[in-house]
Amino acid sequence: MSFINYAQREIILKIVYYGPGLCGKTTNIKFIYGGTNPDARGKLISLETKQERTLFFDFLPLSLPAIRGFKTRLHLYSVPGQLFYSASRKLIMKGADGVIFVADSQRARKEANIISMEDLKENLAAYGYDINKIPFCIQYNKRDLPTAMPLEELRADLNPEGKFPEFEACAVAPDGPGVFDTLKSVVKMILMELKKTK
Amino acid sequence: MVIYEEEHTQLTETCERLARDALAKAIFIVDKDGQLVTATGETTGIDTTGMASLVAGSTAATGGLAQMLGEEEFPVHFHEGQHTHVHVSVIGGAMILVVIFDDRSSLGLVRLRTKRVYSDMMAVYERVQARMNDESQKMDLFGEITDDDIDSLFNDTF
Repeated sequence: MSFINYAQREIILKIVYYGPGLCGKTTNIKFIYGGTNPDARGKLISLETKQERTLFFDFLPLSLPAIRGFKTRLHLYSVPGQLFYSASRKLIMKGADGVIFVADSQRARKEANIISMEDLKENLAAYGYDINKIPFCIQYNKRDLPTAMPLEELRADLNPEGKFPEFEACAVAPDGPGVFDTLKSVVKMILMELKKTK
Repeated sequence: MVIYEEEHTQLTETCERLARDALAKAIFIVDKDGQLVTATGETTGIDTTGMASLVAGSTAATGGLAQMLGEEEFPVHFHEGQHTHVHVSVIGGAMILVVIFDDRSSLGLVRLRTKRVYSDMMAVYERVQARMNDESQKMDLFGEITDDDIDSLFNDTF
């Protein structure tokens, strides 16, 4: 799945942020853009509606230091969360090396989280991926809100067997707790997976 | 996808030849997942990484549209601007050839010249596929990588 260019000596990893509408996928990517060394980041592309909702995808390229002389590049994508953009979400999943599911902690979004997780599993299966095998982690976002559900309830809905690494986050906060931890976790999982398969 | 030096050189040389023959400004090859394989011509000032992701997105969306209409794919599409135009064609179902041209050229010339290099590019793509499936060609890039190595990747970046 990963893209290796021996001529350019680079490895590109595609990571997709998935989750229900308004859960904070774009906010995660914008926070990462703001918190990354300007030399290590490319241009942030957002294809959005006039109401600033994601229409097709957000895209942010990042450069990490080299591994064994190979530049490591991350291509971060977010999908449009609104239910009716299902076809677009499926297209963006193609070639994904890892997935981050951003859950909205607010009680009012409980059902939207569950529907989005089912939609993710279907879209992964359409490309022959298995959620239990692909590098995958869950971020419980908006933990600062008074309407946030207890962590146990979110886990019961989205990670009942505790199989997936999970992080609490508040992507909108100035210091964005949990945002980089989630990204690092999935990158680590992808690299460990590549180590196993090579 | 894995691109080796030899095939990369062949693809780049084919793009350079096409750029001359089609009087194109710039030519790119992008893989269908959005990664840039090679670029040639007047690429200064173009965000090539961003462009690659947008071309792949646009091609994927066009492919989705084709399937809704009962076609397997629309392998060629064209964007006409006021001064700059983009001719996009899918090669071998996995690579996308992007020709950017202006009024020095024409759509007819670009279409003709693109069709002529198609078989050369297909041949290279088939070699890429064969090498990807050949276990003996695989390099062990990650064999001895440790948790600390991975942690250190992030230290200077974030």
